[in-house]
Amino acid sequence: MSSPTGPATQGTFLGMPAVPPRSPYGTGHLRGERSFPRAAHDELGNEQLRRNLGKATHSIRAKRLAVTGELPDWEQLRDTGSAIKTDTMNRLPELLEQLERKVTERGGTVHWARDGVEANEIVTRLVRETGSDEILKVKSMATQEIGLNEHLASQGIAALETDLAELIVQLADDRPSHILVPAIHRNREEIREIFLRHIPGVDPALDADPARLAAAARAFLREKFMTTKVAVSGANFGIAETGTLAVVESEGNGRMCLTLPEMLITVMGIEKVLPRFQDLEVFLQLLPRSSTGERMNPYTSLWTGVTPGDGPQEFHLVLLDNGRTAALADRIGRAALNCIRCSACLNVCPVYERTGGHAYGSTYPGPIGAVLTPQLAGMHGAKNDPNSSLPYASSLCGACFDACPVKIDIPSLLVELRHQHTEQSGTTAEKLAMKAAAAVMKRPGLFTAAQKAAGLGRVPAGRDGTLSRLPPPLNGWSDSRDTPAPPKQTFRSWFASAEGAAAMRAAAEEGARHTDDAPHTDDAPQEES
Amino acid sequence: MRIALFATCLGDTLFPEAVKSTAVLLARLGHDVVFPPQQTCCGQMHVNTGYQREPVPLVRNFAEQFGDPAIEAVVVPSGSCAGSVRHQHEIVAERYGDAALRAGVAAVRTKTYELSEFLVDVLDLTDVGAYFPHRVTYHPTCHSLRMLRVGEKPLRLLRAVEGIDLVELPEADACCGFGGTFAVKNAETSTAMLRDKMDHITGTGAAVCTAGDSSCLMHIGGGLSRIRSGKRTLHLAQILAATRTAPHVLTEAAR
Repeated sequence: MSSPTGPATQGTFLGMPAVPPRSPYGTGHLRGERSFPRAAHDELGNEQLRRNLGKATHSIRAKRLAVTGELPDWEQLRDTGSAIKTDTMNRLPELLEQLERKVTERGGTVHWARDGVEANEIVTRLVRETGSDEILKVKSMATQEIGLNEHLASQGIAALETDLAELIVQLADDRPSHILVPAIHRNREEIREIFLRHIPGVDPALDADPARLAAAARAFLREKFMTTKVAVSGANFGIAETGTLAVVESEGNGRMCLTLPEMLITVMGIEKVLPRFQDLEVFLQLLPRSSTGERMNPYTSLWTGVTPGDGPQEFHLVLLDNGRTAALADRIGRAALNCIRCSACLNVCPVYERTGGHAYGSTYPGPIGAVLTPQLAGMHGAKNDPNSSLPYASSLCGACFDACPVKIDIPSLLVELRHQHTEQSGTTAEKLAMKAAAAVMKRPGLFTAAQKAAGLGRVPAGRDGTLSRLPPPLNGWSDSRDTPAPPKQTFRSWFASAEGAAAMRAAAEEGARHTDDAPHTDDAPQEES
Repeated sequence: MRIALFATCLGDTLFPEAVKSTAVLLARLGHDVVFPPQQTCCGQMHVNTGYQREPVPLVRNFAEQFGDPAIEAVVVPSGSCAGSVRHQHEIVAERYGDAALRAGVAAVRTKTYELSEFLVDVLDLTDVGAYFPHRVTYHPTCHSLRMLRVGEKPLRLLRAVEGIDLVELPEADACCGFGGTFAVKNAETSTAMLRDKMDHITGTGAAVCTAGDSSCLMHIGGGLSRIRSGKRTLHLAQILAATRTAPHVLTEAAR
């Protein structure tokens, strides 16, 4: 399979299906500037970041375990969530058409955007038609993914984030580093500094008390809610059956945003659709428990089209592809689209815990980001794409799979993406080494010879029998770990030797003696605790 | 029971003591231990690094060497290699294999066990007659824990060891940072994970950190050796194989 690097039509002939388009190269925030190991190098050196992250992820982890543990049917809920999402992906086109029909019936307008460029243009046009030059935003990873704020700014339209954490990130001219807690890498003192510097007219005596910080942000935002005519939101769910959109949040700023402006534009990734209204029963239990460790999130807002005299009088839904059908077209990779963006996998990931979200270079960091980002935006081997380092940014420990509320097998997907990457990347030194290793290991005679050669590794080993420096590319390993020199004798040669045979005989005799005297197997049950 | 031992390429070459202990232990428990001499490697390193075409001959060789119906069980002193046989061989065979390979893989995977699983689930043992009078802490390796779900089995075996002072490892289920080629490709992140694991181990005051995977122990032991911690790592099989008549002499780790 070749990697799609250009527009979908390139190289397509009549009668041949086009490769589904990925997010266009060089747009939005689905690609960092450096590979994961390079970006991680800088983040690992930031002690403050490590402390902030360690503290935050450990506390959310504990809360999540407490609230998922108290549900007797948690595992069934996970299975149900997984089944509903799988069913959704299996008939996505049909459900999206149903959603469009229902939204239209209820007075909304549906727009289809193949990629971020199209979505940005649609939103810009809609805002411009109102004559506004500022908008409010809430809860949208999709618009972060496509770089909407930057695009609007280039067109003279100012976008203000109203989610507290996103506001912090925006004021600091920073980038989010977590799906749910975008400012997880900042502590209270840092936030106080940001507010003092960037919120106009803020009390100079502001301290770092969370309630006071929130109040300062609220005062600033209230003013904006009362005066801004257009809002852009994301959506946690879109219900095909009824045309209802849903946003869940903690602060209530989202509800202000969704109800006060005259026009509401929702940008939703096409994978967020759910078949039935009743499906919310499952996901409104799974999502808050997995993400914030709460039984319920404080605010759940649902809206269906337009209600005359109540709320925004104009509603637009922008359905965003941006690489999603490419992911859907991949038999194995499509499971990643089941993600409900809860961030449970980030909070349990030992790699994320050390490097933080910026090292992933994408709107979607952590384990699910390492799977989703390369699928949405591709891994362009020829361009030395940082995204091709993401599937390797995991030790495959599996904690993410255990935590995922919809049971996405992230480790297997990472291994699959690694496979796709090596298949696409032509002949590399690594591939040659892997081929050579397999060639040796498939021939037991050669393997035994190689083991003997490895025994020569004893020579450079020191008196303590360890190797402390290894040549590239193994020097990263040997910078912090000693390696034992291969012992003189392999297991197989010991087992085949007279010494090995004698040891095995002695063990069998010892066992037989014990079985005669005092059989250990019989007293086993008392030993358990 | 006729048991075939899969030594694993790493165990055979770098950590033969762990494999010898496994063989001796199974013989002491009264079993007929065989070593199919044409065995080499399960191919886990290939699959985990992104190569599924290259290990096809390895998967085929494994199925051939251990496919003999006279072999009642294949025992592996490694959670990750047992996991590879159980889960990855199927993926490789589905993608690149023929019907014969798929059938061979399916036949072998159901009788392949990690050591602690085999002792507890198949042999129904918790006390294997071991003697190890030292303070020990146990690190549950990720693949044992989450791919094979061995759970408390290794701890039940360890608790039954005579003379042992078993101490709990804080944040035991956190990955040590090895992850095969992850430790090379993302060496610095891996080191940061290793540092926390080593802090937890030294904090327990244990003389020995044990686990069911030589690869994770190579990583942890390599780190402990580099910082001259005085602590050492030992495979679970080496503790379970030690007896009063043939005790394990705990050599002092490099200082």
